[in-house]
Amino acid sequence: MTILVIAEHDNKVLAPATLNTVAAAVKIGGDIHVLVAGQGAGPVAEAAAKIAGVSKVLNADNAAYAHQLPENVAPLVAELGAGYSHILAAATSNGKNILPRVAAQLDVDQISEIISVESADTFKRPIYAGNAIATVQSTAAIKVITVRATGFDPVAAEGGSAAVEAVGAAHDAGTSSFVGEELAKSDRPELTAAKIVVSGGRGMQNGDNFKHLYALADKLGAAVGASRAAVDAGFVPNDMQVGQTGKIVAPQLYIAVGISGAIQHLAGMKDSKVIVAINKDEEAPIFQVADYGLVADLFEAVPELEKLV
Amino acid sequence: MKVLVAVKRVVDYNVKVRVKADNSGVDLANVKMSMNPFCEIAVEEAVRLKEKGVATEIVVVSIGPTTAQEQLRTALALGADRAILVESAEDLTSLAVAKLLKAVVDKEQPQLVILGKQAIDSDNNQTGQMLAALSGYGQGTFASKVEVSGDTVAVTREIDGGAQTVSLKLPAIVTTDLRLNEPRYASLPNIMKAKKKPLETLTPDALGVSTASTNKTLKVEAPAARSAGIKVKSVAELVEKLKNEAKVI
Repeated sequence: MTILVIAEHDNKVLAPATLNTVAAAVKIGGDIHVLVAGQGAGPVAEAAAKIAGVSKVLNADNAAYAHQLPENVAPLVAELGAGYSHILAAATSNGKNILPRVAAQLDVDQISEIISVESADTFKRPIYAGNAIATVQSTAAIKVITVRATGFDPVAAEGGSAAVEAVGAAHDAGTSSFVGEELAKSDRPELTAAKIVVSGGRGMQNGDNFKHLYALADKLGAAVGASRAAVDAGFVPNDMQVGQTGKIVAPQLYIAVGISGAIQHLAGMKDSKVIVAINKDEEAPIFQVADYGLVADLFEAVPELEKLV
Repeated sequence: MKVLVAVKRVVDYNVKVRVKADNSGVDLANVKMSMNPFCEIAVEEAVRLKEKGVATEIVVVSIGPTTAQEQLRTALALGADRAILVESAEDLTSLAVAKLLKAVVDKEQPQLVILGKQAIDSDNNQTGQMLAALSGYGQGTFASKVEVSGDTVAVTREIDGGAQTVSLKLPAIVTTDLRLNEPRYASLPNIMKAKKKPLETLTPDALGVSTASTNKTLKVEAPAARSAGIKVKSVAELVEKLKNEAKVI
C-alpha cells in the first residue's frame, strides 16, 4: 500500500495542515509519498521531504499549477494517483476544491473530512453538522479522502529525509484562469493553527466592539474568530467564522464571548481542549459544553480578563 | 443564456436530528424537510441573473424521492421556469448525483450550472466539483460573487484567509457560499403560479446512468457528548482556574 498526500502550500511555505494529513496516512499504514504541485515551490518540496514518515516527494513544477486551479491540478493528481491505494488531502479550501474532481476522474466515491481512521478502508466522518458520526467503508481501488486537520495530531515537521523527484506533465485545461486574490493580513496566528482562540458572537453588538477581543487576543497570542451570527450581522468578515460552514478549530483554549452556542457553531469548536464561555444569559447552550462558564456582562468581563492574564 | 440550478431536499436546518437506536442512520420520520440552504442561494442567484437580463431561462433539477417535488415547486415559486425531477428513492452518493446531473446537462445544454457548495445532511461538498470534472467544465466553488460577461464568468471565491477571483470559460459550474446573496421568500401569487409550471420526471434508468457506489455506511452514531463544567463567579477565579487547574495560559 502506498499513499499519496497532496501538500497544502502557497509555493513558498508548506501549510501545517499537511502534517495532520500525513498523520492520517500514518494511521492507514504503508509508504507515504507527498505531491507538491505548484510553481517554483522548491522550498515546499524540501520542507515536505523533511516530514517524519514521508518516503518520497513528487514535485510537479509548472505555471499551470501556480494557483492550485482544480481544472489543471486534478488531472495531474488523477494521473499520478492511479498507482496508489489512497489519495489524501487536507479538508482546506484547496483540498475541498480539487479532490472531488480527482475522485470523479478516477470514477470513485470520495470520503470527505474524516476525523478518524478505523482501518485501511474504514473511516469516521461527521454528518448533519457534527450531530452524527458516520462510519464509512470504501471498496474503491483508490480511496480518495479529505482529512479534517483537527481530527489528527500533526506528525513532526523534521526528522525525515525523503528523495525529491520531479514529476508530471503539464496539464493546462484552458477552462479557467486566476484573476487575483485578497488575503486578510494579520499579525495574529491563523485560526485553525492557533493554540488559543477568542471568538465573539451576536452579543458583541457591532464590529467596533471586537476591539475588546483583539486586545485580549494580542495579550494571549491568540487568533480571533466569530460565530455565524456575528458574521451574518456584518460585524466581521466571513473568513473569521468558526462553525460547520466556516473554520473547524480545536485549540488548547477556546474562549467564546457573547456566543449563545448554536449547533452550527459548536460543530466547529467542540473538540477544543478547554472551553470558556462568557455570556450574560445563564441559559445559553454554550454553557453546556464549557469547562468554565462565567455569567457576566462581556463588556466588563473581557477588559478585566485582559488585565489579569 | 440557459441556467441550470440543482437543489436537494434535506432536513430543515432548524431541526436537531437524532440518531436511530439501531445506529442505521438518522431518524427522519415526521421531521420537517426543506430545500438545502445553499441550494436556496443557488436559486436566488439564478433568479437575479434572469432579472438582470443575463439568464433567459432557469431550469431547476433535483435528484431524490417523489416528495422532492415540493422543493422543486418552491424553486419554481422563487422564479425558476421549469423543473426536472430525477426520481430515486435510494440514498445516492455525490458521484452518482454528479453523473445524473451530467446526463441532465447533456440534455439541457445550459451555459451555467449553479449548485450549493454542500448539503447540510451528508456534508460532502463534492457534487459541483464532480459534475465539473465529468463535464470537463471550469468550476468556481464557494462563490461570494458571480459576474457573467460575454462568454466568461468571473467568480469570487471564499478561500482560507480571504477571497480569490477566477475567470471561467462558459459553460461553467458555480457552487454557492453563504455570502453570495440573501434568498427572497416566495409570494403567495407566485406559489399559485408555480403549480402550473412544467415539472418533468425522469429516472436514472431513463438517463442511462448507473448509481452504484464504492462507499458503504456501516453505522451512524451520536457524537461523544461534552459535559458541562463549572461556573466561575468572577474573572479572577476564571484566570486562576485557567492558570492552575487547566494550565492553558
